[in-house]
Amino acid sequence: MAQIAVPQNQMVSSAAAARSAAVRRFALNDAFFRGLTRSAAIVVLLILGGTILSLILGSLPAFQAFGFGFLTTEIWNPVTKKFGALAPIYGTVVTSFIAMLIAVPLGLGIAVFLTELCPPALRRPIGIAIELLAGIPSIIYGIWGLFVFAPFLQVYVQPYVIALFGNVPLLSSLFAGPPYGIGMLTASLILAIMVLPFVASVSRDVFDTVPPMLKESAYGVGCTTWEVVKNVVIPFTRVGVIGGVMLGLGRALGETMAVTFVIGNAHRISPSLFAPGTTISASIANEFTEAVGDLYTSSLIALGLILFVITFIVLAIAKIMLMRLEAQAGR
Amino acid sequence: MVAAAIGLAGLFMIIVVLFWQGFSGLSLAVFTEMTPPPGSSGGLLNAIAGSLIMTTIGVMVGTPLGILAGTYLAEYGRYSKLAVVVRFINDILLSAPSIVIGLFVYEIIVVPMGHFSGFAGSIALAVLVVPIVVRTTENMLNLVPNTLREAGSALGMPRSLVIRRIAYRTVSAGLLTGVLLAIARISGETAPLLFTALNNQFWSTNVLQPMSSLPTVIFQFALSPYKEWQQLAWTGALIITLAVLALSIAARALSAQTTQK
Repeated sequence: MAQIAVPQNQMVSSAAAARSAAVRRFALNDAFFRGLTRSAAIVVLLILGGTILSLILGSLPAFQAFGFGFLTTEIWNPVTKKFGALAPIYGTVVTSFIAMLIAVPLGLGIAVFLTELCPPALRRPIGIAIELLAGIPSIIYGIWGLFVFAPFLQVYVQPYVIALFGNVPLLSSLFAGPPYGIGMLTASLILAIMVLPFVASVSRDVFDTVPPMLKESAYGVGCTTWEVVKNVVIPFTRVGVIGGVMLGLGRALGETMAVTFVIGNAHRISPSLFAPGTTISASIANEFTEAVGDLYTSSLIALGLILFVITFIVLAIAKIMLMRLEAQAGR
Repeated sequence: MVAAAIGLAGLFMIIVVLFWQGFSGLSLAVFTEMTPPPGSSGGLLNAIAGSLIMTTIGVMVGTPLGILAGTYLAEYGRYSKLAVVVRFINDILLSAPSIVIGLFVYEIIVVPMGHFSGFAGSIALAVLVVPIVVRTTENMLNLVPNTLREAGSALGMPRSLVIRRIAYRTVSAGLLTGVLLAIARISGETAPLLFTALNNQFWSTNVLQPMSSLPTVIFQFALSPYKEWQQLAWTGALIITLAVLALSIAARALSAQTTQK
């Protein structure tokens, strides 16, 4: 009996050893995989941190040379090495503002159409088409703007607008100057067209979060579609719509290629919207590879830092607003 | 209604013009010849090759990182502080201006190397790939029913195996969607390539040297005064648009498949 029992015991213990070895291996693998995913998540943070840090380091010479005057000076002269960021900042803000002024009403209109008015058969195809358009690279919009839209404006629109407002006090300076075709207004319009699908698809998603019950009860007491949209849908989704608009704004602010083609790249602030101007991203795209000297490069990187800070703030606000909507929808 | 009509009409007009202009210049030579000097005819071969190389490297670097980080957000640290912060930062990176990413890569790779290179361009693209893949990976893993994970755990599988053998397989089509979307996004990116990969007039597959890419060639050629170059720019734009559309449609079909399951 004892003779049999001994090998049995040995077998059991070796099986237990193999088992615990396997468990240890699993535990090790598990910890390794967990650590791997965790460090990948941290890398995402590092990318952002690295971006900010490298931009700050790169822009240090410019800020040392010009101080905070960099933000308020209009001069941009590579020959005398005097740089100021006011013109690009002005251009970025103005073009994005006009673009949003056009794209937001149109985008909301498309979203309302898709969620309330559109025949169900068309709803999906149009929605998909808009989302596909939102994915088209911006350079396509830029090349279209340069070859098709700008000449069109130059020949058919701008001369008449200039003539029309020529004698109106305020508007005459807003729409003054020779009709170049390219310029601030053209860039704004291209931006508007580009941001449009984006605003439309985000606000459609937001409108879809309105509970059908709410809308139906409003229709039930005899509201028209317009009243339902104005009094039920918009108030319910206000936060989300603002979030979506801010996301679009973040895009418009940082947009490079579509603007670079048609802005004209002139570092000056002109009251006329037909005059060529520049934006932060267009300046960087146009001049960075040609920039000679550390100060020039550093000034362009400083522009990049300013752009990043502005878009970071806008996007953060957008994100917080959308998160509030999600919390609301979850309730 | 009117707004929808105006908006849609404007958008489709762009597509029509693009097809009109692009197809008129489409020929076999576009795919077999190098970018020409001003005033003579040629193709876009080196630009297409450059784009393919840099996109491939960018995706190969960015995808594993993105999938792992997305896994952390959805599986291990779903409610941890780190995950909340990473999620927030990732969404910011998702729509951060790509030209700023270009500047970042210029600072960390081009300056130390001393010259522009296809490698720097690839890294810039990889940085753009990561947030997209993180986002879709997390969303897709959240779709995996917890009962599936629990069934795996009940069989004695460790967590990492549950994730790799069960969760990943359940949503493999969804993960692929994220990658396709990322490719679609970066194949049209111009701004971050302008001062990382620069451009190259000649055939080059050496990633340590400046490399041509389709978007930068379009940018350069479209702004030139030469008719041949402008025509090539239109054709290049058409090629990119078709590629992006095909990728987005494939991604959409795949994700519809996953969410239905």
